[in-house]
Amino acid sequence: MSETLARTPLYDLHAELGARLVPFAGWEMPVQYTGIIEEHMAVRKTAGLFDVSHMGEARIRGRDAAAFLDRIMTNELSTLKPGAARYTLMCQPDGGCVDDLIVYRFSETEFLICLNASNAQKDIAWMRSLIGTAKVEVLDECAAWAQLAIQGPLAEQILSLTTSLPLASIRRFGFLVGEVAGASGCVVSRTGYTGSAGFEIYLPAASATQVARALLAAGKPLGLIPAGLGARDSLRLEAGYPLYGHEISERISPIQAGLGWTVKFTKAQFVGREALRRQAEGGPPSSVVMFSLADRRIARQGAIVFAGDTAVGEVLSGTLSPVLNKPIGTALVAAGFTGSSELTVDIRGTRLPLHISVEPFVK
Amino acid sequence: MSQVPANLRYTKEHEWIRLEADGTATIGITDHAQAALGDVTFIDLPKVGKSFAAGEVFGTVESVKAASDLYSPVSAEIVEANTGLNDSPDLVNREPYGGAWMIRVKLKNPAEAAQLLDAAAYSATL
Repeated sequence: MSETLARTPLYDLHAELGARLVPFAGWEMPVQYTGIIEEHMAVRKTAGLFDVSHMGEARIRGRDAAAFLDRIMTNELSTLKPGAARYTLMCQPDGGCVDDLIVYRFSETEFLICLNASNAQKDIAWMRSLIGTAKVEVLDECAAWAQLAIQGPLAEQILSLTTSLPLASIRRFGFLVGEVAGASGCVVSRTGYTGSAGFEIYLPAASATQVARALLAAGKPLGLIPAGLGARDSLRLEAGYPLYGHEISERISPIQAGLGWTVKFTKAQFVGREALRRQAEGGPPSSVVMFSLADRRIARQGAIVFAGDTAVGEVLSGTLSPVLNKPIGTALVAAGFTGSSELTVDIRGTRLPLHISVEPFVK
Repeated sequence: MSQVPANLRYTKEHEWIRLEADGTATIGITDHAQAALGDVTFIDLPKVGKSFAAGEVFGTVESVKAASDLYSPVSAEIVEANTGLNDSPDLVNREPYGGAWMIRVKLKNPAEAAQLLDAAAYSATL
């Protein structure tokens, strides 16, 4: 079976930088350049530059845009101020997740939403199906935008070498629109998916290579290196961030995933409200936990979690934490066992003790 | 681009084997294999005295990305396993043909080694 993989505007640059490209969510993406652990540690200590142009974008525009978003999302978007962004889930009526998203507000009537690559077309169809009589348009802008993430303690210093935007004035989940490395119309937001400081930049696709090259050149003396999806995954797991298809999915709700803070029951109505409310009040049947192992073996997606000889859950994500130098991961564990200190995980026939952590491994 | 030393024999599954003067053989994974795996984090090797048929799984090498089986190039009994890799699995990335050898074996059927790929034939598979 073969499918045609999409390429980001930075494809040629990836090849030039020696990236190893792999299929991911229908895209040919760099999984690593020099090595996952080295790229991971660069983000924790200096900075890394990620091409995340596979992510989708939709513009929501119209008189009823804010009310529409409040009705289809779990978080409250009508209270968002222009120039600010908010993380939210979009749920099915049964509480399962359609996607997790970041919503950027440009004006009273205009928003930009960042969508997961694997869900982008599903999300756009879903949102359009819910418009009804609302005065709102859902515009597919996936092809128009490229996205870069510059992450790490030196990200702001490096980005400031390529833009005159007042970066220090951007608060967490705030953004400005302006010029970066000579490219106008860039959305620069203080957000990220690594647990380190940094920015995400939405930029016109045609400007992507120019901006990426400028950032790499400006950042090289400070230790900036290109980083791939492999490091992006280990970084987000250390920081405790969910990944769609792992910690959240059509069968794992935000309540189960520990994302109840994104679900605003104070809103009278939104898709999924009743199901989520029942889960929040009665307790969900299973919940996502973070864990570490005192071993070298990684417990990967699908590995079974046991309490004694009873299967009580399964691993959702697993990697080696380069900061802790031990395996970490997440698992979906049945109610009643999420606080247990007696759980084990089966790795190719060996049962290893699973140590549940209530805090992210990196903050 | 990856190194394929001329003095070794190879499998299509990217193990190398070196026939030693004392009749034993040393086995590891190739430079191409370590590059494809990425950062190696764990190696599960068999105990001394265990036997494997040619093509049988003798262990596991694990990287950040994935766990992969290790296949015995020949029918053999384990004489020594490289326990040093427990503490420095990353040696596989740095010295795949040197310090990161994995097992030393006694061949059960020395004729099998002649069936393996030489450097040119292995290079042609990459």
